[in-house]
Amino acid sequence: MVTPKALRQPMSLRFGSAAFLAAWCFIAAFPIFWIAVMSFKTPVDAFAANPLDVVFGPETRARGNGLSVIDILAGLAMLFLAARLAMRWLPRMVARYSPPGLSVVGWIIGSLAFGIGFIVVFFVILPPILDVVNGMTGPLGAPVIGLTAEHYEAVWVENDFWRNFVNSLIVTTGVVTVSLTVGTLAGYGLARSGSTLAFWILIVALIFRALPHSVLVAGYLPVFINSAEMLRPILGENAPTLYGQPLAVIAVLVSINQPFTIWMLRSFFQNIPAELDEAARVDGCTHFQAFRWVIMPVMWPGVITTGLFSFLLAYNDFLVTSLLLDAQNQTMVPAIAGYFNRETTTTDQVEAVAAAVSITAPLFLLVMVFQRQIVSGLTAGAVKG
Amino acid sequence: MKFRTFAAFVGPSIFLMVLFIAAPLVTVFLQSFQLNQPIVERVEVETCTPGFPAQKCVTEVKTQPLLDENGNVRTTSTWVGFESYANVLQLDRVAEAISDGRPGRILTIDFWKALRFTLTFTLVTLPLVIGVGLAIALAVNNLTRALRGQIIFVSLLPFIITPVIGALSIRWLFIGDGILTSLLESWLDRDISMFAQGWTIEAMMLFYRVWHVAPFAFVVFYAGLQTVNQDTLESAIIDGASRWERLRYVIIPHLMPLIVFIALIHLMDAYRAFEEVVGFSSQAHRITLQWLTYDYLTPDDSGNRSISRASASAMLTMVGIVILLIPLLRRSWRDHRGG
Repeated sequence: MVTPKALRQPMSLRFGSAAFLAAWCFIAAFPIFWIAVMSFKTPVDAFAANPLDVVFGPETRARGNGLSVIDILAGLAMLFLAARLAMRWLPRMVARYSPPGLSVVGWIIGSLAFGIGFIVVFFVILPPILDVVNGMTGPLGAPVIGLTAEHYEAVWVENDFWRNFVNSLIVTTGVVTVSLTVGTLAGYGLARSGSTLAFWILIVALIFRALPHSVLVAGYLPVFINSAEMLRPILGENAPTLYGQPLAVIAVLVSINQPFTIWMLRSFFQNIPAELDEAARVDGCTHFQAFRWVIMPVMWPGVITTGLFSFLLAYNDFLVTSLLLDAQNQTMVPAIAGYFNRETTTTDQVEAVAAAVSITAPLFLLVMVFQRQIVSGLTAGAVKG
Repeated sequence: MKFRTFAAFVGPSIFLMVLFIAAPLVTVFLQSFQLNQPIVERVEVETCTPGFPAQKCVTEVKTQPLLDENGNVRTTSTWVGFESYANVLQLDRVAEAISDGRPGRILTIDFWKALRFTLTFTLVTLPLVIGVGLAIALAVNNLTRALRGQIIFVSLLPFIITPVIGALSIRWLFIGDGILTSLLESWLDRDISMFAQGWTIEAMMLFYRVWHVAPFAFVVFYAGLQTVNQDTLESAIIDGASRWERLRYVIIPHLMPLIVFIALIHLMDAYRAFEEVVGFSSQAHRITLQWLTYDYLTPDDSGNRSISRASASAMLTMVGIVILLIPLLRRSWRDHRGG
C-alpha cells in the first residue's frame, strides 16, 4: 500500500520521534542494566565515579577475577545456542512427549529441565574448560573485564537468601492459586448477571481497590498478634497466632487483590459470547457444568493474564509482608530492606545490589515469556471502561 | 441466572472481601477512638547499697506493667474520643503557627508534612505520566512494525520491576559519588550531594514515579491509537487540518476516556505512595501519608506499636480517597441508571 502524500511525514518529525523513543528506551532500561553490572564488581568499582571503571572493573580485574576475550566469545556463543534451542527444539520436544491435553504440564517440566540443564552447562561445565583454554592462549586469555560472583555467593549462601526465596515462592504460589480459583467463579457470576446487586458489588469492589493497604494492615495487626487468645474458646489449645504465618499473609493478599481480580476477569468473561453457555444449558448442563466444561477451556488467556498480575502483586508487595511476617518467614522484598538499613560497609551495599538483581531476574524472564499477556491485561480494564 | 446460583459463584469472593477488607475497616474505625495501654502499677521499691557507717537506702516509686499469668503485659482499652486524631493532627500547634504568622512551621508536623508531599507528588506526576505516556505511544505508532515488540518489551521493564527495587536502582545511580552525581557535578562545576536536602530527593521520587507508571499509560494509549477511526482522520486531512490539529481535534478526543481512566488509576495509586519513601530512605526529609501509618505500625524502640494513632492517621488518609472517588462513583451511578 502506498502511503498518501498528505499522510507522509516530514523527515524532521520522523527523526524527532525516533530520537525520543531511543532516549526513552535508554532511560527505561538503564537503571536496571546498571545495577546488574554493579552487582558483579568489587565495591570500589561498583560505586566508582567514572562509568568506564564500573563497566570494566579494574579493581576487580586486579584481584584476578575477570573474563577474557575468549570467555566472552564462548559465553555469547553459548547464549545464542541456548536461545535457538529454546525457540526451535524445546517446543518440538514438548509437543512430542507431553500427554495429550496436558501441554501446560509438559511446558512446565520442559522449561524446568531446560533451565537446569542450562545452569549446569553454563556455570559448572563451561568454567573449568575455559580456564584450561585461557591458560593455553596467552594474551587472548588474559582478563579484560572484571567480574566476580562473590556477592551473589554471599547473599544466597552465607546470608540464607534462599530461605526468603522459598518464602516468596510459598506466598506467591498460594496467592495465585487461591485468588484465581475464587476470582474466576466470582468474575463469571458477575459477568453473566445483570442485576443491580452485581452492579453494587462491583462498585464496592472499586472502592476497596482504592484503599491504602496500610489502612487494612492497621486493622489486621492487633487481631493477628492476639489471635491465639481470641480463637482459644473456639479452637481450643492449638489456636494459632496468625502473626508471622505465611498462610495468613496469603489470605490477606488474596483478599486485597480480589477487587482487581474480579474486575479484570469479569471483563474477560464479558468478551466470551453468552450464547456459548446458553447452548450448553440447552444441552442440559447446569450453570456450574457450563462454566467448567464450556467456558473455562476458552478462558485460559484471561486466566493466565490475571494470574500474572496476582503474581506481581504478591511478589512485589513490601508493606503487608514486612508488617505481618516475622524475620524467619520474611519474603525477598522486605528482606532486602534489612541490607540497606545496615549498610555500614560498601560490601553490604553491593550485596544489597546483588540481592536486588536476584529479585529482578525472574521478573525479567516473566516479561520475556508473557509480554503479550501483560499488554492485554493492561488494556483489558481500560478498554471496557 | 437465579439468585442462588449467583450467590454460589460470588460467595467465596464476597466472604474474603468482607472478612479481610470490610471487617478491618470497621475495626480500624473503632480503634481510632480507643487507646490500648498497658496497665501499670506504682510500686515503692527500696534499694539499698552497702555504705559506711550505715547502708544507704533510697526509696523510689517505680511504675511497672502488670503481667498476666502467661507473663504478657496486660492491657486495657479506653474510649478516648478524638484524642488520637488530635495527636496526629496537632491542631494546637497549627493554630499557634498561624497566629505567630509563620504558617511554614505547620510543615514541621508529621501529618501536615506528609499531606503536603503526598498532594504535590500526586498532582505533579499526573500530567507528566499522561504526557510522557502519550508521547511514547504516538512515537511507537509512528515506528516500523518490526521494532515495536522490542520497544514494548523495554518499556515494560520499569513497570514490572518491584517498586522498592526500582526506587533503589535509581538511588544507587546517585548515591555518594555515583556516576550520575559525578556527571552532574562536572556539568555544573560544583559539589552536589543528592541526599542531603529535601528537594533533590523529592525530584528523584517524582522522576521514579513517572518512570514507573509512564509505561502503563503508554500501553493503554497505544492500544487506543489502534482504534482511531481512519475515515475521520482522512476527512480531517481533506479539510486541511494540520498534523497538530489532527492530534488535538481527532486523536485526543478519541483517547479521552482512556486519559480519564489513566488519571483515575494514577490518582488512586499515587495518593497511596509508599515504596518511594522506603527505596530512597527519605523519611528524614519527605514522607507520605501511607508511610506515616506504616511508621506508627512498626514497633518503636521499646517494642510498642501505636495502633490507635495509626488507625487515626489511616482514617484521615481515607478521607482523601473518598474525595477522590466521589466524582467517579457519581458517574458510574448515572451510567447504570441510564443504561
